[in-house]
Amino acid sequence: MSPQDIAEIIKSQFPSDVMEMIKFRDQVSILVNKSRITEMMTYLHDSPDLSFDYLADLCGVDYLGRKDHRFEVVYNLLSIKHNHQIRIKAFVTETDCSIDSVVGIWAGANWLERECYDMFGITFNNHPDLRRVLMPEDWDGYPLRKDYPLKSDLGEKEWNGLKEVIQSAERNKIHEAR
Amino acid sequence: MIIDGTTALIEVEEGIKVIPGANTIIASVDKLVNWGRKSSIWPMTFGLACCAIEMMATGASHYDLDRFGVVFRGSPRQSDAIIIAGTLTKKMAPIVRMVYDQMPAPRYVIAMGSCACSGGIYNTYSTVQGVDTILPVDIFIPGCPPRPEALLDGLIKLQELISKEYFNWSRWR
Amino acid sequence: MGPQHPATHGVLRLVLELDGETVVRCTPHVGYLHRGTEKLAENRTYPMALPLTDRLDYVASMSNNIGFCVAVEKLLGIEIPERAKYIRTIMGELTRIANHIVWIATHALDIGAMTVFLYGMRDREWILDLYEMTCGARLTVTYPRIGGVRCDINQEFIDSCYKFIEDFPSKVLQYETLIDQNPIWLQRTKGVGVISAQDAINWGLTGPTLRGSGVSYDVRKFAPYDAYDQVEFDVPVGNNCDVYDRYRCRMIEFRESVKIIRQCLDKLPGGLVLAPGAPAYDLLAGKPRIVPGHPVGELLPGEEEEEEPREPFDEMYAAVEVPKGELGFYIIGDGSGRPYRMKIRSPSFVHASVLPKLCEGSLVADVIANIGTIDIVLGECDR
Repeated sequence: MSPQDIAEIIKSQFPSDVMEMIKFRDQVSILVNKSRITEMMTYLHDSPDLSFDYLADLCGVDYLGRKDHRFEVVYNLLSIKHNHQIRIKAFVTETDCSIDSVVGIWAGANWLERECYDMFGITFNNHPDLRRVLMPEDWDGYPLRKDYPLKSDLGEKEWNGLKEVIQSAERNKIHEAR
Repeated sequence: MIIDGTTALIEVEEGIKVIPGANTIIASVDKLVNWGRKSSIWPMTFGLACCAIEMMATGASHYDLDRFGVVFRGSPRQSDAIIIAGTLTKKMAPIVRMVYDQMPAPRYVIAMGSCACSGGIYNTYSTVQGVDTILPVDIFIPGCPPRPEALLDGLIKLQELISKEYFNWSRWR
Repeated sequence: MGPQHPATHGVLRLVLELDGETVVRCTPHVGYLHRGTEKLAENRTYPMALPLTDRLDYVASMSNNIGFCVAVEKLLGIEIPERAKYIRTIMGELTRIANHIVWIATHALDIGAMTVFLYGMRDREWILDLYEMTCGARLTVTYPRIGGVRCDINQEFIDSCYKFIEDFPSKVLQYETLIDQNPIWLQRTKGVGVISAQDAINWGLTGPTLRGSGVSYDVRKFAPYDAYDQVEFDVPVGNNCDVYDRYRCRMIEFRESVKIIRQCLDKLPGGLVLAPGAPAYDLLAGKPRIVPGHPVGELLPGEEEEEEPREPFDEMYAAVEVPKGELGFYIIGDGSGRPYRMKIRSPSFVHASVLPKLCEGSLVADVIANIGTIDIVLGECDR
């Protein structure tokens, strides 16, 4: 089934939630409202024509300039049975930075959602174990946001663990034999 | 079979004298201890990233490390050197320090690869810019990743460093 | 099982709760090699972001480059010449062989068979020599470029490659004689790490880890790229969903890769190796998109700041079959020479998350076999 047809089916099933359909090269992205995202994903997973049994990727994107919806959660879905793919983008505002989790549908979304939380600060409701996965557990800030600094020298906001290590290294220097 | 029966002192190297007839070598304790230490450096592998694969390749049969007396040990308590191969992240830094603190003296640190020397191409929020911010490093081996020959060169330089040590074996140093 | 264990799999930390010798709960902790590749790529142009992808799966670095190039070429609409497609396929398959050699070497070393490690590393040196002959680097090559490959291969490479593929099947036979019928190997791998096909798809597994469970999903067949639609090869699939079947899949993949390389070398066409319109190191391709007042972003020489971030955004998800599974790149471009967002969908990240499911209820020794069979590399997992 071509991506355009899949997009049409989704639009006919959830007419009030689909905001926009964007076609680029041979891929189609659908921008949706996040309120009924679990229902939509369950439909995509269970429907025999579409049968999207494989979640290829789940990520977040930060569009800093936009006022109304700053973040987007992007789901890249693939169907191994029918060999077709689609991309669903759900937008998330900065004030209400949360969305429902799809761990119940695809178990592989577990760590992908944790990474999205770690990097952007988007909370996933009903996630079994939402904590940081790539950064240390007590890290401050969400690194992949566009207003987070890139370089290594964080100055005052440096992680406590590293500050302690450097201090202990300084203390032990005088005890070195050479 | 000719056995050298000379009983005179022959100086073979600076500071090392030999009496061939009596099968004796006379040297200072420094030289003996340094020779022993440099010929059997037992590093603890701290393979973090890409450089670890080059370290594995150096330890394998093509560029053998065993002929230098280098045997990789898994535990810090049994090793004399630590080769930090790969990028050091802030999350990993306390663990590296802890492992280094567990090593008995004399201990040497080799920073292998550009990321361990100075952060490499990764000047980001989560990497430490060089292992020498938290450990006293003896040998820096740059490269991304350094070739096995470069790692061998670094180990030989470490051997030369050890052979120049003075009085590092005594309690009163 | 702390982040430091002998330099085979990298810095993975597993917290195991044991009841005697059985694992009750297993929690993997990753992130000890998180280097911020994705954020770094947002500040580089596409050719500048290419060397960053080398260091993801550092055992198979050509495949990561190919993945990135395929995604960017699809995004920017660049068509690559035929010769470049064949060369990339040859390099991709050589990388698959090199990766599987490291996999079998370390997997067998963990389970106890040390000879395979030394034999494997000896054979891998030939492949690294081939890489050095083409592009000068052994491990982190940056040879596939956007629009093709960096430079052409010469006759010496082709001769050496022919000799390699004649010699190599006998080496594979050597590894198999060492371990295949060995009762210790069979006892430690049969029936261990079982995950059903349904669960495997649900958890997002790909590559030989998935194919050992009987699902024939290979990106080279589903969405062919480079010259994979012009060569014939089979995709091995297992039945019993355990460690032994995944091992057999990868051993058969050795032979399939040799088949593909032979076909590509026979059919190699002439012509250019780099598309004329490819973005070479042109740092000023398009105006940069830096929003003033925000600490992210650095200006390259000759650039100026912009007032507002620009629209519209083009996005593309493209995947390739790296030796470990499916490596996907989701790139959002906005007309300046840089990616706005580059998300790397790495197979190791997803595979590491399935460890609790494989390990709970089995013995501690099986945890080692499981880590080996899912074939993770922490550079790719943490990026």
